[in-house]
Amino acid sequence: MRARILIRPKAGILDPQGIAVERALPALGFSGVANVHVGRLVELDVEDVSQLDAMCQKLLANPLVEDYEILEQSTHA
Amino acid sequence: MTRFGVLRFPGTCDDDEALAACELVGDGVMLWHGDSDLQGVDAIVVPGGFSYGDYLRCGAIARFSPAMASVVEFARDGGPVLGICNGFQILCEAGLLPGALLPNIGLRFICHQADIEVEHADTPFTQACEAGELLSIPVKHHDGRFYAPPEQLEALEANGQVVFRYVGDAPNGSSNGIAGVCNERRNVVGLMPHPEHAVLPLHGSEDGLKLFASAAQVPAGV
Repeated sequence: MRARILIRPKAGILDPQGIAVERALPALGFSGVANVHVGRLVELDVEDVSQLDAMCQKLLANPLVEDYEILEQSTHA
Repeated sequence: MTRFGVLRFPGTCDDDEALAACELVGDGVMLWHGDSDLQGVDAIVVPGGFSYGDYLRCGAIARFSPAMASVVEFARDGGPVLGICNGFQILCEAGLLPGALLPNIGLRFICHQADIEVEHADTPFTQACEAGELLSIPVKHHDGRFYAPPEQLEALEANGQVVFRYVGDAPNGSSNGIAGVCNERRNVVGLMPHPEHAVLPLHGSEDGLKLFASAAQVPAGV
């Protein structure tokens, strides 16, 4: 099984990367952009998808400061 | 004489300076991350650098090294452990210290001398200091913004676990200007500034030596 894990800063925690991007876009002429957050994407092949949550808790994310979302994909990308 | 163990990971870069600082006040031995034997040392220093390239998150991979399992056990038995910069990040990731270190508010690597206040002198690494004493110690990091969820932050303040605080504005945007904290038992201490870079006259400040002297239980400046 191919899986994608989206990791993003928890809501309410200051995200300086998101702020920097949000400020850069209008400077390039893109308007109407708000609430930018920058996270990470982890893609992996895994035999036992039931292990994904533990992987996120233990290593892939820091649950104190990051939220994660596991997206399972039925076919290999 | 106190025997310090300095833990070296691939990517650590302040290990030699940390060991040299330890040897000014005691004995020191370099420990390798892949070896779970702590060689019977009396205190552990987890120094700064970029362990495992800081891939994924600072300290996230280093915390799973064989030596860290022994450090966790050592800390649970009450052994004194000091984490400096990347070492602080590793101890947070390992759950030995509360909170997390996030990218600096300005997204820049900061590198300058900073004044920090010792808030509590009742830890193994501050007992040679006075509460309220100011130390001039360099900071050099990109991910030093201390964060803990609001309830945890309140508890840290109430329990007196904020050991070091920046004087004036925190250079990295840390919550409550926090530069260093300890665990509830107070035997594990972590800070972002680098005391090992302020131990000789040539460094311009010898204030950092007090942390090592504290653990060695000798007067600072000997």
